[in-house]
Amino acid sequence: MEAHAHHKETFITKYVFSTDHKMIAKQFLITGMIMGIVGVAMSLLFRLQLAWPDKQWPILEALLGKWGTDGIMDPNIYLALVTIHGTIMVFFVLTAGLSGTFSNLLIPLQIGARDMASGFINMLSYWFFFASSVIMLISLFVESGPASAGWTIYPPLSALPQAIPGSGAGMTLWLVSMSLFIVSSLLGALNYIVTILNLRTKGMSMTRLPLTIWAFFVTAILGVLSFPVLFSAALLLIFDRSFGTSFYLSDIMVAGELLQNQGGSPILFQHLFWFLGHPEVYIILLPALGISSEVISTNARKPIFGYRAMVGSIMAIAFLSFIVWGHHMFVTGMNPFLGSVFTFTTLLIAIPSAVKAFNYITTLWKGNLQMTPGMMFSIGLVSTFITGGLTGLILGDSALDINVHDTYFVVGHFHIVMGLSAIFGLFAGVYHWFPKLFGRRMNKNLGFIHFWVTFIAAYGVFFPMHFLGMAGLPRRYYTNTAFPMFDDLADINVLISYFAIIGGIAQLVFLYNFFYSALRGKKAEQNPWRSNTLEWTTPVEHIHGNWPGEIPAVHRWPYDYSKPGAEEDFVPQIVPMSDDEMAGGH
Amino acid sequence: METLLIIVIALLAIAALTQAVRIFEISSQIKNSDSDVKVDDRDNNTQGWLMLLFIIFFFGAFAWQIAAYMDLTLPQSASEHGSDIDSLWDISMAVIVVAFLVTQPLLFGFAFRFRGNKNRKATYMEHNNKLELFWTGIPAVILAGLILYGLTTWSNVMNPVNEEEPMVIELYAKQFGWQARYAGSDNQLGYANVRLIEGVNTLGVDPGDKASANDVISNELRLPKGRAVLLKFRSQDVIHSAYLPHFRVQMNCVPGTQTQFQFTPSMTTTEMRQDPEVVEKVKRINGLRAERGEDPWEFDYVLLCNKICGSAHYNMQMKVVVEEQEDFDKWMKEQQTFAEML
Repeated sequence: MEAHAHHKETFITKYVFSTDHKMIAKQFLITGMIMGIVGVAMSLLFRLQLAWPDKQWPILEALLGKWGTDGIMDPNIYLALVTIHGTIMVFFVLTAGLSGTFSNLLIPLQIGARDMASGFINMLSYWFFFASSVIMLISLFVESGPASAGWTIYPPLSALPQAIPGSGAGMTLWLVSMSLFIVSSLLGALNYIVTILNLRTKGMSMTRLPLTIWAFFVTAILGVLSFPVLFSAALLLIFDRSFGTSFYLSDIMVAGELLQNQGGSPILFQHLFWFLGHPEVYIILLPALGISSEVISTNARKPIFGYRAMVGSIMAIAFLSFIVWGHHMFVTGMNPFLGSVFTFTTLLIAIPSAVKAFNYITTLWKGNLQMTPGMMFSIGLVSTFITGGLTGLILGDSALDINVHDTYFVVGHFHIVMGLSAIFGLFAGVYHWFPKLFGRRMNKNLGFIHFWVTFIAAYGVFFPMHFLGMAGLPRRYYTNTAFPMFDDLADINVLISYFAIIGGIAQLVFLYNFFYSALRGKKAEQNPWRSNTLEWTTPVEHIHGNWPGEIPAVHRWPYDYSKPGAEEDFVPQIVPMSDDEMAGGH
Repeated sequence: METLLIIVIALLAIAALTQAVRIFEISSQIKNSDSDVKVDDRDNNTQGWLMLLFIIFFFGAFAWQIAAYMDLTLPQSASEHGSDIDSLWDISMAVIVVAFLVTQPLLFGFAFRFRGNKNRKATYMEHNNKLELFWTGIPAVILAGLILYGLTTWSNVMNPVNEEEPMVIELYAKQFGWQARYAGSDNQLGYANVRLIEGVNTLGVDPGDKASANDVISNELRLPKGRAVLLKFRSQDVIHSAYLPHFRVQMNCVPGTQTQFQFTPSMTTTEMRQDPEVVEKVKRINGLRAERGEDPWEFDYVLLCNKICGSAHYNMQMKVVVEEQEDFDKWMKEQQTFAEML
């Protein structure tokens, strides 16, 4: 490894303050995985509470201390757990962990660039993310407890420590952490956009970009346009909390104390929050869809069906995602006419989504499917994308949303469509590009076990939640025992918790496979999946600058799999067009 | 005991996994090849079959859930607009279920049917504009229908037409309880603001406002059947959400502003208790409660808080009663007005 290096590197510049996009990708991945372990562990804790609310769990006292006295979870820490679980999974795992890892790894490698446009900014992006993660974890240990107003931190609850203890120091740290996180995202996204637009190798026109890159590109644009709005929302909330302003507060008496704030609107916060919040769903989902497009095409040994339609639908989804945020606010008392507009735009998203789903399915048709773990997770992603997307037809419809808004129907819906799909995309990406990340191979059998247990457990957790929601069970309830009308749902909650525990344990298989393979796995060959894209033309051992000599030129699109006339069932992008092909187009 | 059992199961699972891992490791050492990393036709075959098994199992579980818990419709509604929402729900759900039942078998069926085989070559197809047009067009047409139907329903729910003036009631939310304030014989609520909260006047009603004198404050929400009700929502501290699932009503209570929702209850509590669906549910629940030695439960409408509002959010509720007009009038006569209360 060192022998190939262009210039001398110390331990610090190589592993810590690295400007190499491949190392930064690994840093994002490992940090994201650590945050993921925390986030999933939290969900298991509150699943214990939801399934067995009367039971005493010694483990709760051990982990939660005064919040789990006698093994009974405190209602405030329950709310804190769901809040931090949501924050960590949405931002730290599925935004930074997914997009940060694969945008960094794949953008330079797949477009044929030596590195990102600015290695230094890229490094800053990671270290802001690192600082943000550390602060978020520190917030778990403050005396008044971590932020507990839900991951959407709606004021006034998030603004008033008198209303809930988590809105004290915990909320302050949450806001500081998220501000750093936003800086990290923006630095990363700007870099991705500039790199993709300017550093493509010779012959790599935009229409020859792999769909992964298209997805990362559009995702970065979404991030740049929407994260600053969340930043302004957070800033105004900081002002309200610390400097006595009234952006979000008006006419409040809390815990017997009359506040002097007047004229603010809590609904303003929701508009600002969801202006990021909805595009955020696609910031999470699009990279996963890009990854699965690439993995499915490679392993189906077939071109992705409808390349242009896939790019077009990514753009259509991205555009629409900016004008649908109001569907999170149908029952806030917003003007009903606005509700109509948001219903209209929201349901439109089903069209490009359906195009994507059908294109995936058609790509499988008459393929020669290589069932690698990456492929399995990609197929799982298409399944959850469809299942979860469909119930969006209910939630996006303002009239129907009235009755299932903020119930478990919503929890089931978004966990399947964006949580599971994105996490499956992340797993697919890790299994597929592991040889590129670590130069070694992961064990396939453990991969299969991991896939099946995770996939079944995941459906087992989130599918039944729709039934809970239809029965009217609200989300974020510490226990459902205060309402006898929900008594007959108790056994569904037990079932869900069992699946959650099984699914959680299955991740240990992945962790073992990941770390064992990274250190002692079989050495990878250069192009293990017989893939067309450029990253597989780089040496297995990482070198600065990616290619030892000239950057190869590109002569074709990335999806010439099983092309008639070709000897092999793949034709890498660096292979010049033959005369026959020139005559036949493409 | 159950804790112990779960810990034992978890330990056993981890032990089983480690054993499995060791078997894989040892067997791969014996074979001394890359068979534990490289996917071959045997894997394609096994995993392809598993895909097929999965979809059968998945649909089986889906059918079982519907049979075991409930069908895919919402529980019986108790308001006039509720049945409109429910028809929209049923049609949307039908579209969803059809799409689900068509696409998932295609996905897993193709994964099984086209599982890899080294003697076969995939068919090269890049695109097909007719097909793309087809599956852009079909969802577009279906969605156009759903959108039109949805928007009509939404507009009817939000702008109800009533011959008589609706009865005005304020629902007041604070951590962690609800109160109702009836507008009284003038059907006008007196002005109120948190700044006016003092002593027994916990809702901050302005005693100087003439309209407030005959307001009636109550700790339960009683509604006459068949009479349009205009609920006005106010919150004292944080955002709450007034959720009345049986009436298909939900609206946030936002501090600093007032929101509203109008509807007409169509079934009294007594009638609802006799509804076969409810009778069955109550029987099921009381069976479970008897097992645990708890008192039997009688069905009542309920108002829940459905926006995270603090530690006792999960228990912020108020009983709702729908009764015939004459019973309601009788009850109302017994209530103290705001003026009397002061």
